[in-house]
Amino acid sequence: MSDAIEIDVCALGDLAIEEGRTYVVADEQLALFRMRDDTVHALGAVCPHRGGPIADGQCDEAVVWCPLHAFGYDLATGACVNGDFRLPRFDARVEDGRVVVTVPE
Amino acid sequence: MERQRLVVIGNGMAGARTVEEILTRAPDLFDITMFGEEPHGNYNRIALSHVLAGEEDFDSIFLNSLAWYAANGITLHAGVRAKRIDRFAKVVYADDGSETRYDKLIIATGSRSFIPDIPGIRDRYSELRSGVFGFRTIEDTRAMLEHARGGERRAVVIGGGLLGLEAAHGLHKQGTEVTVLQRSATIMNQQLDAAGGEVLAGILQNMGIRVITNARTVAVDYVPRVGIQAVQVEGQDPIPCDMVVVTAGIRPETSVALISGFTVARAIVVDDLMRTVDDDDVYAVGECVQHRGEVYGLVAPLWEQGAVLAANITGTDPSARYSGTKTTTKLKVAGIDLASMGVRTPEREGDEQMVFSEPKRGVYKSVIVRENKVIGATMLGDASRVPFLTRAFDQGLDLPETRAELLFDLGTTPEQSVADLPDDAQICNCNGVTKGTIVGAVHDGCTSLGAVMDATRAGKGCGSCKEQVCAILAWAAGDAVTVDASANWYVPGVPMGKPELMAAIREQNLRSVSSVFAALAPDGQPDARSKMGLASLLKMMWGPDYVDERDARFINDRVHANIQKDGTFSVVPQLKGGVTSPEQLRRIADVAEKYDVPMVKLTGGQRIDLLGIRKEDLPKVWADLDMPSGYAYGKSFRTVKTCVGQEFCRFGTGDSTSLGIDMETRFQGLESPAKIKLAVSGCPRNCAESLVKDVGVVAVEGGRWELWIGGAAGAHIRKGDLFVTVDSREEAILLAGRFIQYYRENAKWLERTYTFVPRLGLEELQAILVADRDGVCAGLDERLQESVDNYADPWLDRDAPATPGQFRTALPLVALPLVPVRGGDA
Ligand SMILES: Cc1cc2nc3c(=O)[nH]c(=O)nc-3n(C[C@H](O)[C@H](O)[C@H](O)COP(=O)(O)OP(=O)(O)OC[C@H]3O[C@@H](n4cnc5c(N)ncnc54)[C@H](O)[C@@H]3O)c2cc1C
Ligand code: SF4
Ligand code: FES
Repeated sequence: MSDAIEIDVCALGDLAIEEGRTYVVADEQLALFRMRDDTVHALGAVCPHRGGPIADGQCDEAVVWCPLHAFGYDLATGACVNGDFRLPRFDARVEDGRVVVTVPE
Repeated sequence: MERQRLVVIGNGMAGARTVEEILTRAPDLFDITMFGEEPHGNYNRIALSHVLAGEEDFDSIFLNSLAWYAANGITLHAGVRAKRIDRFAKVVYADDGSETRYDKLIIATGSRSFIPDIPGIRDRYSELRSGVFGFRTIEDTRAMLEHARGGERRAVVIGGGLLGLEAAHGLHKQGTEVTVLQRSATIMNQQLDAAGGEVLAGILQNMGIRVITNARTVAVDYVPRVGIQAVQVEGQDPIPCDMVVVTAGIRPETSVALISGFTVARAIVVDDLMRTVDDDDVYAVGECVQHRGEVYGLVAPLWEQGAVLAANITGTDPSARYSGTKTTTKLKVAGIDLASMGVRTPEREGDEQMVFSEPKRGVYKSVIVRENKVIGATMLGDASRVPFLTRAFDQGLDLPETRAELLFDLGTTPEQSVADLPDDAQICNCNGVTKGTIVGAVHDGCTSLGAVMDATRAGKGCGSCKEQVCAILAWAAGDAVTVDASANWYVPGVPMGKPELMAAIREQNLRSVSSVFAALAPDGQPDARSKMGLASLLKMMWGPDYVDERDARFINDRVHANIQKDGTFSVVPQLKGGVTSPEQLRRIADVAEKYDVPMVKLTGGQRIDLLGIRKEDLPKVWADLDMPSGYAYGKSFRTVKTCVGQEFCRFGTGDSTSLGIDMETRFQGLESPAKIKLAVSGCPRNCAESLVKDVGVVAVEGGRWELWIGGAAGAHIRKGDLFVTVDSREEAILLAGRFIQYYRENAKWLERTYTFVPRLGLEELQAILVADRDGVCAGLDERLQESVDNYADPWLDRDAPATPGQFRTALPLVALPLVPVRGGDA
């Protein structure tokens, strides 16, 4: 993917376990979720249903649920598990205690 | 081998089922593209009746999830309408501008609602007026529900067929006053003869649904910007209403086929291979087809059509032929048993008709026999002979000499028990599932009804065969039958009821939500939707020893405020008993100004609500208010509403405000399975509405207090039950607390007291909590006291956030940490 760039977003320690935090990265609003095993998922921050704040949702290892009307999104793909929506999803990894996300340029 | 391109127009019940049939026969033969005008995956249209009646929700009716399409490599264009087919170039043009080439094409466009041209029903752009609905799609159903729940309370249903009656029933269940208008003399006249129609109309009228037959609708009165006013019926007074549902029939959706040059009579004409008569590479299936002169409006035929089509298009069984389907129908109205099949009345000389009618009991039975075979039957109000008649009708069985046995179970020919049914006996007619398939699923390990239904789809159509599926399950699984235990689970992610779960938690000393998942969930799998309920339970059980993982909390509990539709929060400071002071009001006013609070509002619970606070302002707002949290956001004790009471009111016999304040001081912050609202009134005039609260207190003559429990006046209305009358305020506080603690320990997650109290029964609760039959009262009082002692104002979090970024905005309404983009190194 030549038209994608990797961006150092924050320290892993800025994220609370299985809570979401929102960052604006290269014009994308991202909701980052830190898992119990310290991997990180990055999804779009705005629920395609009615604009709910995804980072305020509750998640487990697989799915995050929007706090407004409880549509759930697969953390690994961004696909909605109970409706016809999709959230953008970004590659994220942790390197030397930093969270690095790949976004389209 | 290069895959062939298969395009399917229409992603409804026939289209998706046919694709499934193709995939089971030849998974790798085709690259499949589907166009569906509706913006979803395929769902069970039949179940919309249940959704409208509130018996199922939208989420549960999907048959093919988007993941299913992806997993099978199907390109789904959902929300896209195919416009035209060029059969010479073999291209489908769609309204998103796309052009899709095909080798084989299937048309499965179904039907649409037929809306007659009644004056006033459409606007000048020919759109249906707002408040006028068809009944065909998820969108139709959702719109109706919104309208019906939006306080619109009177509906007219035009068309008294199967669909109309199901719509009427659904709206009636939503609390709407419903009138059904039927043009002809008999309702459901496609299935019922005149006498049967009368009996059914009687049953509906008794249920509270008004039925008017011989009613010619001449106009719909509509006032701009106000809405529907009434429906005009020839020769009658106008019928006032706020909404109109049109169920006057369906029409095959053939427009694409028609403009693309296919032969369309009443519907798209197909041969016995399910091919269009015009083009061997183009097939059609479902309600949009006409086969040997028949057009169907039910699902059973399309299962058979789909199988034949798949066998032919894949070449796996080129001899497969469709020869038509004998259809049976059931009315899906809870409380009415109505099944009908074949003809309604004798048609030829020599046809026999057996009739039994008992209108008072709502029973009507009619069977029509020709040459010793059942050719038609109607069974209303008694379904006992339906399985037998269905088989006799489907398979052309010879009939018993004593014709009365067709109508009644006389015990002479014992009803075939499920054990005696042949394996190929069809049990679920909607989904074409045989006894053999169900038994197979049981042997493969499905031991609950839910599991069998998921595995076979039996019972997932109209649902009327569920009893028989149960019977077969019981027979095939014997002692191994399990109930769908999930109904009793405290939360969905941990398969245990509440007492069992609490015992396990105590025994294994589990103090955090993640440790509960690890120890008790299947495969240790955490489940986000179970976190909140577990957090509440553990907090109650362990008090200060609870290990508080913040991710287990819902956002409201993470930031101690109620999330609003735009992602801002509402802040409600504590005003015990609804009593405040000029000093507090001044502070609240200052805060409202300082933070530009968009709305300041009095709540139903006598509190002041500051709405539209940004998450990042919450700690500052609390600091400036310098008042404790009013708990307007949690599954917890909320408020005590009080009336003026003795001190000022000229009627008052008890000091309601001070008792309310004392109760709020004691119960503040208690987490509970669902919210708890209290009220205290100073006399039986009951100005604080104590009879419709979770716990309501009313002062009565002689310094006594009545305690009422299990009341509600929200989405659900229930008058509370008089729990106990006590002599002193101390006792009132004690017993209210004891009931609250018992509810905390025994109610299911999210079970309000208005369900909990009737579930356990008032007398049982009185025996346990007032008479102390089981000797548990002291323990309850003690554990409540521990929780009370453990109270801490959550708004003190402001001084030391519990997690990094606890109060960071989750939606960039304001500046967020903007991460500088450094050079691309990818
Ligand atoms: C409320 C209700 C209750 C019912 N109850 C029962 C029952 O109890 N028993 C029973 O047997 N039957 C029942 N039915 C009937 C049953 O739902 C239908 O027989 C069945 O859905 C027909 O399937 P189909 O695929 O032919 O049509 P549909 O399910 O209508 O599917 C057709 C699809 O094609 C789409 N489409 C149309 N034109 C285009 C185009 N040009 N481009 C792209 N997409 C297009 C449509 O949007 C639709 O999604 C009920 C129907 C309703 C509405
Ligand atoms: S309930 Fe009785 S005491 Fe309380 S305000 Fe009403 S009339 Fe007065
Ligand atoms: S806004 Fe996310 S579910 Fe409604």
